[in-house]
Amino acid sequence: MQKLQDIAVRVEATDGLPLNHSNATPIMHEVLHALQRLARDNESTTIDLRAIPFGPGDEEQLLNQLGVGEIQIEMNSLGRSLISETAFSGVWLVDHRNADDQRIALQIEITPVPSILLAQQEDVLDAIDRLDDWLNPSITESAGQ
Amino acid sequence: MSTPTDFLLWVRGPGFDIALVIFVIGVIIRLLEVLVLGRKADLAEARGTEMGPGIRTLFTRTLPESGSMKRSPFTVAGGYIWHIGFLVCLFLFVPHIELFNSTIGIKWPGLPSNLIDAVSAVTLVTLLAMLFSRLNHPVKRFLSGPEDYLTWLVTFLPMLTGYLAFHRMINPYPLVLGLHILSVEVLLVVFPFTKLMHAFTFVFARWYNGAMAGRRGVQS
Amino acid sequence: MAEERKRFTQTLGESLRERGVSRRGFLKFCTATASMMALPPTMVPAVAAALEKAKRPSVIWLSFQECTGCTESLTRSHSPTVENLIFDHISLDYHHTLQAAAGEAAEAAREAAMHENEGNYLVVVDGSIPLANPGFSTIAGVSNLQMLEETAKGAAAIIAVGTCAAFGGLPNAKPNPTGAVSVSDIIKDKPVVNVSGCPPIPTVITGVLAHFLTFGALPELDALGRPMVFFGQSIHDRCYRRPFYDKGLFAETFDDEGARKGWCLYRLGCKGPMTYNACATTRWNQGTSWPVESGHGCLGCSEPDFWDGGGFYNALSIPDSDITRNLGAVAAAGVALGAAAGALGRSKRANAAAKHEKVTIDDLDKTS
Repeated sequence: MQKLQDIAVRVEATDGLPLNHSNATPIMHEVLHALQRLARDNESTTIDLRAIPFGPGDEEQLLNQLGVGEIQIEMNSLGRSLISETAFSGVWLVDHRNADDQRIALQIEITPVPSILLAQQEDVLDAIDRLDDWLNPSITESAGQ
Repeated sequence: MSTPTDFLLWVRGPGFDIALVIFVIGVIIRLLEVLVLGRKADLAEARGTEMGPGIRTLFTRTLPESGSMKRSPFTVAGGYIWHIGFLVCLFLFVPHIELFNSTIGIKWPGLPSNLIDAVSAVTLVTLLAMLFSRLNHPVKRFLSGPEDYLTWLVTFLPMLTGYLAFHRMINPYPLVLGLHILSVEVLLVVFPFTKLMHAFTFVFARWYNGAMAGRRGVQS
Repeated sequence: MAEERKRFTQTLGESLRERGVSRRGFLKFCTATASMMALPPTMVPAVAAALEKAKRPSVIWLSFQECTGCTESLTRSHSPTVENLIFDHISLDYHHTLQAAAGEAAEAAREAAMHENEGNYLVVVDGSIPLANPGFSTIAGVSNLQMLEETAKGAAAIIAVGTCAAFGGLPNAKPNPTGAVSVSDIIKDKPVVNVSGCPPIPTVITGVLAHFLTFGALPELDALGRPMVFFGQSIHDRCYRRPFYDKGLFAETFDDEGARKGWCLYRLGCKGPMTYNACATTRWNQGTSWPVESGHGCLGCSEPDFWDGGGFYNALSIPDSDITRNLGAVAAAGVALGAAAGALGRSKRANAAAKHEKVTIDDLDKTS
């Protein structure tokens, strides 16, 4: 009997190019306009790639076109997040993963620095507490009572 | 008939059957009625041939005639625009071709749907303009009877509902698609018994005109 | 018990912080949640502000005439992810397939949840409700109708999950032996959200729950009671194969060249043009694929009466008719009738010719 994996599934591109459905180019135009807004009005833009009806190959093509830039940052909070600048300065790719390394959000941010990288006030206050605890254990203990 | 889907199934099923039977039988009766009657034999000596000039006239009379184009350009141009637009939407929209294929078993390539969309918008506007002119032009209004308005309506409605269905301007979709199909069925039923029959009879009428002139050796 | 109380009063922000999640992590969670709710990225700060204060809502899940596919869809979705985080922050107090308690203890849990959260709890329903005979489907001796009416009374809102609960679905298909109806056919005085689909997309279910959790209100609904953010556009309008439709490039069979090249499946019966759902962007199985991407047309499973819609493999515009196969006979009948009409015309003309009389001026004078 023929097994499922024996049945050849061929996904063919027409004319020998990598298969895609040309949905990447309009996004690249959107990125261009967002970059122009950033330069002119200092206005940041986020494009949620989850809301885009990509066909097979489209996302790969888009990521290829965006390329790899100078900065790659890994953030570890509720799973991994990869924040990387693309070949176009000011255009960032923010790839949020969960604890199982499955993608939970993929966004293009057009901004000087993605906002998720900035230290948050709450975390800074928490850091002060902890640092203070460590340097002055007795004082905070008594203050905490 | 309680839900939009039931309605769609009815117009796609029994409704379509009824309309198609009336249309096919109606058209054949109307054509045979005229053709079987025949013409009285012309005993005069023929001064030319019939077939060639007949076929030539079939085409020449389809082209705009300069005299009437000058006298009433709006009516002539509008008539061409909406007739061509209607035929393009009817025969070159892919879902329609699919319908012909399943009904009579032949198919042909269609046009991109956005192009059809543009054509249908132009056709709709032209049809409205033609009605407006018919109502406002004293001579046209004088010449128009109830049948003229009926045929305008049954031609306009399929275009309108088709446009609404394509853009999903009425919800739910089965309802608007059903309305579109129903409007076409009304057109099919009305067709054989009104001047809409010209879509078939124009061939014979034009040929006959040309053939008569050819036989007499005059230009048609 | 005190621990239990705390769980109920704690906000989402507090509980995440307690678990050592940083503000950054919280913002990441908000970004993913906003994305799941199909909200624009500019809404993330609003989502963060709202989620910070969100309290755990109590959820009662009722399963009626259903196949458990909806629950499967939800529980077999992503392993620990945003959905699970959302689920950690609702209190699923009754779900007879998932809960550990059985029998009277289970029903007691439902009644306790209803009592404690009167007016504030959410009811999720999957499955249709039989009206032909209430005995067709009962839980703990209580008919589905009675249980729904009783539980809905104190609910803040009802989420009808799956096409059965939303529109009657498969049990409602002709001839509908059980007299199955949807939730909204019964409940008229409470907001009902329809998350249709067979099964519904898990992230859409959690998206609606997240929306309620975040904003304490239900999302904007379409004419069929479905959340606009997920059901606002048809499959056809969001389909990546749409350019092929517009160009007139169609697969004619499931294994022809067009099918291999991924052309439009309209001619193979795709119901994309009449179906509203989020498959084209959300996809299935961790975003792997969705029916059209895997080469099969849309069945229209999130639409009312999709089972009775005239065949999954018939193109939408094609008549469902026997007459077309007998067009020859119809035409022959036309010819016969036409010939008869023609003959009648001829005989009329012959009659007229036969009756033709020559009239002179004198004759006319006589008659007048």
